[in-house]
Amino acid sequence: MINTNPVLLKELRQRFRSFKASLILFIYLLVIGGFVLGFMYLNWRQEAVVFNPSQSREIFAMLSVAQLILLGFVTPGLTAGSISGERERQTLNVLLTTELRPAGIIFSKMISSCAFTILLITATLPLFSIVLMYGGVSPSQLWGVFGFYLVSMYLFAAVGMACSTFFRRTGISTVTSYGITAFIGAGTVFLAAFIYEVSRGNVYPRPEGVPLSVQFLVDINPVVVLMRILGEGPPFGVSENWLLPYWLVYTVFYLVVGTLLLIWSSKRLNPLRRSKL
Amino acid sequence: MIEINGLSKSFGKVEALKDLTLTIPSGQVYGLIGPNGAGKTTAMSILATLQTAGGGSAMVNGLNVITEPAKVRRMIGYMPDFFGVYDGLTAQEYLSFFASAYHIPENKHHQLVNDLLELVNLQEKHDSYVDNLSRGMKQRLALARCLVHDPQVLILDEPASGLDPRARAEVKEIVRQLKNMGKTVLISSHILPELSEICDQVGILKNGSLVASGPVSEITNGGQNARVISIEVENGLPEMIEHINGYPGVIKVNQTNTGARLIFKGEQKAQGALLKELVQEGYPVLQFAVQSGSLEDAFMAVTGEGKSND
Repeated sequence: MINTNPVLLKELRQRFRSFKASLILFIYLLVIGGFVLGFMYLNWRQEAVVFNPSQSREIFAMLSVAQLILLGFVTPGLTAGSISGERERQTLNVLLTTELRPAGIIFSKMISSCAFTILLITATLPLFSIVLMYGGVSPSQLWGVFGFYLVSMYLFAAVGMACSTFFRRTGISTVTSYGITAFIGAGTVFLAAFIYEVSRGNVYPRPEGVPLSVQFLVDINPVVVLMRILGEGPPFGVSENWLLPYWLVYTVFYLVVGTLLLIWSSKRLNPLRRSKL
Repeated sequence: MIEINGLSKSFGKVEALKDLTLTIPSGQVYGLIGPNGAGKTTAMSILATLQTAGGGSAMVNGLNVITEPAKVRRMIGYMPDFFGVYDGLTAQEYLSFFASAYHIPENKHHQLVNDLLELVNLQEKHDSYVDNLSRGMKQRLALARCLVHDPQVLILDEPASGLDPRARAEVKEIVRQLKNMGKTVLISSHILPELSEICDQVGILKNGSLVASGPVSEITNGGQNARVISIEVENGLPEMIEHINGYPGVIKVNQTNTGARLIFKGEQKAQGALLKELVQEGYPVLQFAVQSGSLEDAFMAVTGEGKSND
């Protein structure tokens, strides 16, 4: 499908040919690079002679979180206008009267958006290599973080695609996508904290263990999962590994959610399933 | 061939189409005219497999557009009333993209694109970005896009809207060529004289219903029992206009420099009775002539609801 789907080829051609693509890449690297190099500069000013591996670890953590936040902005931003943008440009109807299937259109547009996001992530590898050069982070952690990025990107992209298919206007689609992404990134952990506090009640001594819902919400929170990949412990005293390892819960859950969102988007894009265009 | 039988469609309480029945034989150009909101675009988008119907059926070459949309899409070329083009693609890439979307092998794209660009007279724009083309060129490119998979049926919703006279003439010429190629064309337009020049048959839609349909000559020459009558009087023009405004069968009256031009619906006998009445009332009639009607007159005659002397 990747080699033959015309929508994918067109999207890649349009996306990578534009000046905007270069500009986004430039700004992305500027922000991420500014974080890393600025942090290194501040450390170097304090201790100009040596570079402590624990500082390298801090840089890695900061870089990873910064990259996650940027992914949370860039990925839904790229996908949230993919279908609604076609609708606004009045090109969608023509596309739907061709022999292309709605699922093909949805997946192609998502893959092209993800391809650009992967380019952004790949472009930051030299910055990550600075961290590796000074030690303090294992290659397995680095691969774990990049695998985590791919799963998160898939989810954020699927959320953007679903919103773009559902809403007619790109503005509303983008705002909703960011809202859902913010809930996944921050809302789940706030909800976990709330349930955790309510479940503990006012009784003393405090009961041991945490509700399964708290465990689950913690396991699907991207920031918590990222910190755990980086070696931090889980919050609220939840167990390290529940029924499955935390990273597997995160991966399986979001791959399933993302896939369901894409299937739903494909069905919704089919013009004969809707009463009105 | 297009066969529409009892097609209906509602949007909430608004009935966009009411029991539309229509047959367009293969190789014919059928013009669909009607005021805004008459249901032309709804009918066309159902045929283009973009909307479901509330009732009835629509068939393209014997295939049901609702139950067999994928097969129908291979047979139709659809140009909507409003459409956009993709930024950052050249005319050649744009057509090649749609050729791929119809699964045409890539090794045939080069020749196909060149042939299509030649058909719509855009050869020199082969490598121009489509977003830089003029509106008329975009319309012609869209017509070329409709033809990439060599469909038998073309559904063109207002293909000449918003174009200057020269661009309209170019679009009209392309539709003529499509007719010569044996394509079945369903075309809608507000530029009524143009439809009369290129269509074999026309249908007039009003409030979702087909109120008149037939060969252009039949519609324009009073086949629907409506005709345009030109009257000239020596004097007393305002009084005469006031008088005939209320006469049975008079649908619309327009004042001209020397007399009046009216749309009259009725038998020849009734037409004669009108002349007799004017003479008996003492109006000095210099001329009373049935004009060869235009499609616009027929359109006004069939869709006009009130009488006016504007």
